[in-house]
Amino acid sequence: MSLLEVRDLRVSFGRRRVQAVRGVDFDLDDGQRLGLIGESGSGKTVTALAVMGLLPENATVTGSVRLRGSEIVGAPEVALAQLRGAAVSMVFQEPMTALDPTMRVGRQVAEVLRLHQGEESGPARERVVSMLAEVGLADPVRIADAYPHQLSGGQRQRAILAMALINSPDLVVCDEPTTALDVTVQALVLQKLNEVLTDSGAACLFISHDLAVVSQVCDKVLVMLDGQVVETGTVAELFTNPQHPYTRGLVATARFDQTRPGQRLPTVEDFYAPDTSVGGRP
Amino acid sequence: MKRAQLITGLVLVAAVLVTAVVAVFWTPFDPLRVVAGQRLLAPGWPHVLGTDGFGIDIASRLMVGARTILLVGIISVGVAAVVGVPLGMLAGQAGGWVDEVVMRVSDVVYAFPALLLAMLLAAIYGGSTVTAMVAIGVASIPAFARVARAGALQVMASDFVLAAKSSGTSRWGVARRHVLPNIAPLIGVQASVGFAMAILAEAALSYLGLATPRPNPTWGNMLRDAQNFLFVAPLQALWPGLAIALAVLGFNLLGDGLRDYLDPRLREVP
Amino acid sequence: MHLALRIARRTGVFVVSLLGASLLIFLLTNALPGDVAQVLLGTDATPEAVAQLRAQLGLDRPLPMQYFSWLGGILVGDFGRSHLSGLPVLALLAPRIAVTLWLVLFGVIGSLLIAVPAGMVAALKRRSWPGFTISAAAQLGMAVPVFWGGILLVMVFAVWLHWLPANGYVSLATNPEQWAAHLVLPSLTLALVQAAVLIRYVRSAFIEVLNEDYYRTARSIGWTPMRALFRHGIRNASISLVTVLGLQVSTVLVGAIVVESVFTLPGLGSLLLTAVNQRDLLVVQGTVMFLVLAVLAISALVDLSYLLIDPRQAAASEQGEGSA
Repeated sequence: MSLLEVRDLRVSFGRRRVQAVRGVDFDLDDGQRLGLIGESGSGKTVTALAVMGLLPENATVTGSVRLRGSEIVGAPEVALAQLRGAAVSMVFQEPMTALDPTMRVGRQVAEVLRLHQGEESGPARERVVSMLAEVGLADPVRIADAYPHQLSGGQRQRAILAMALINSPDLVVCDEPTTALDVTVQALVLQKLNEVLTDSGAACLFISHDLAVVSQVCDKVLVMLDGQVVETGTVAELFTNPQHPYTRGLVATARFDQTRPGQRLPTVEDFYAPDTSVGGRP
Repeated sequence: MKRAQLITGLVLVAAVLVTAVVAVFWTPFDPLRVVAGQRLLAPGWPHVLGTDGFGIDIASRLMVGARTILLVGIISVGVAAVVGVPLGMLAGQAGGWVDEVVMRVSDVVYAFPALLLAMLLAAIYGGSTVTAMVAIGVASIPAFARVARAGALQVMASDFVLAAKSSGTSRWGVARRHVLPNIAPLIGVQASVGFAMAILAEAALSYLGLATPRPNPTWGNMLRDAQNFLFVAPLQALWPGLAIALAVLGFNLLGDGLRDYLDPRLREVP
Repeated sequence: MHLALRIARRTGVFVVSLLGASLLIFLLTNALPGDVAQVLLGTDATPEAVAQLRAQLGLDRPLPMQYFSWLGGILVGDFGRSHLSGLPVLALLAPRIAVTLWLVLFGVIGSLLIAVPAGMVAALKRRSWPGFTISAAAQLGMAVPVFWGGILLVMVFAVWLHWLPANGYVSLATNPEQWAAHLVLPSLTLALVQAAVLIRYVRSAFIEVLNEDYYRTARSIGWTPMRALFRHGIRNASISLVTVLGLQVSTVLVGAIVVESVFTLPGLGSLLLTAVNQRDLLVVQGTVMFLVLAVLAISALVDLSYLLIDPRQAAASEQGEGSA
């Protein structure tokens, strides 16, 4: 049995039932890292939120998402809350706004621990500081006592990484975790993500629009377009033998080693012209 | 849902208006003549809502009360709009120290509830319909000034005003041709909400004996009288209160409904 | 900005507002047609008596002089003197402040206890019936005049159920139990009416929180929606609610004055009303000035309490201090 089984997942929004995800299937085994790649509006973030059971009220979900065999879709809120932060956790795109501005960072990390393990504040504090050190924050004690606005984007994102990993979850869902960061900071955060995932043995569902980023973390990649999976394969397969024209475009934009100075950079549209007559793409 | 609110508001406001207009020409009984033998009658026929402690028909007094409250509302909201809107537009258009002075003064007046103003006026002149109108009107000026200023600031930042100014339209011309028409809907909403506030304030003032004096009926002083008979004829305290609540609800719903109708973006703003 | 500078600036605004308010009160009583001395003595007073009183009260001096001597008095705590009893206004106010203070305090606490949970539910369930019900109830509550609300509560709890007294007051020192019993209905009246106004603001403040990323983070670490809102919403929402509370100070005070009249509580409101009816103009003037001063002072304090709630504000001040 896989850790995560997604079967014919469909998500639509609002009264007009605009479909954002239109029948997605995939499996994720323990310790495996799966990249979910596609442009904005392709349904990748919605898929991630469906896995967390965090879709907004006005979303209608059909199909099945099973975590270790137990169904997520339609499960009661209390049951889902017990899974979140313990068995599955999530890292969001915007580190600048994802932390509570009125609460010290250490307390926010400790909250995850206490929420699921009921620990007292003494040992929790030590765990928090060592977790902050593990994600590569140089001065963990100071960071723990800081408010979010006193930290840089990279520091915040690593604090969020610490929150996501402190309970050693089986699965970490990362939604464009480095998109909002500077390129140098991006590399550092990805490196730390790799390390902590390897150390804890957690599986990862990694969402990005950037094949180059995905290839640094994941073994296997799903390419999403208009709410559907159009191609699946290992990173190596996609790079060497992309099938779908959209994938070919993605690969070309990620291969900077093949471009020469002065040459026009390739775009996805060179390979794939989106069919505007098809609905569902806002 | 939103539509239902607007329609409910319109119906309630129309009911108050019609009642007030009818009361100018006709009431079922004399709203002032004391009839000793008919004190505190229960609702029935011909006194639909019963009679009060002086034997006067409650329904008739309620109708005249609608007239008073409408008069006070129109005058005080009118005064507040006529003074507040130009001040707010001036502040929003001129900016700088003019803006600062107007808004500071408006803050001072804002700290002055209509009730305290009315008490000062009543201490000098005695409470009357006029002192109530003045107090409520003056106390409502800041709200209109704020709305007009916020609207003017928004309009002034738009491209068409920039174009008008660069083509040499005077400040007065901009105000008349661009700012005023654009903020008119906002003023309309404020007028409706302000009317509801004015009704509540007038009722409170006349309940406290600071507005229209007896024997002239107002919904507020009817409630004050009814309170004396609370243990004997509790129903009496129901009708005037209900009248106030429905009228206020009507103007509030109308204001909210207009706001939604005019600008869906404002929907979540209270 | 420098913390001290912020406080100084807010204090400056407070002082300017106070000056403006005092000027307004003074002009209303002294510069409008209608003679103070005539009002105090009544219409049948002889011109000689009026002239004598004018001289006695200093009303024959030029207006600016009168204003500054009045203002000077207020600055040292002299709010004037009753023409009828000869007592200083402050002495008349003193024994009554406690009554109004209790009423306002319980009213505000009560309104928050009602409005915050109700507003949270209204925000969380805004697309289903609990949300609609709360919003509709608030809309109805906003239309109920405070004195009618009081009368209705008296009808139910005093006339019908005989649980609580319909009016009157017993001081805390005399009999705590009776004191509490006499304050329940007035406080509840004020709380309910105020809560109806607050619910809308609470609701939209929490709807804002629901759309924040940190709320989603809180959900993702395992809080249920309601608990995430409690844990991470209240502090954030209170930043905008504090502004509303600051603006509501004068509304609450007016509500308290009216409620005092409904329940015949011997507070500042009933003092003011008696003075108005007796045409004791200087008491009215002094008491109104006192109340406006209280409103302005409380608004200023509420504004400054931002610094305590929002660490970003406090930090901004600290950093300013370091670099200044």
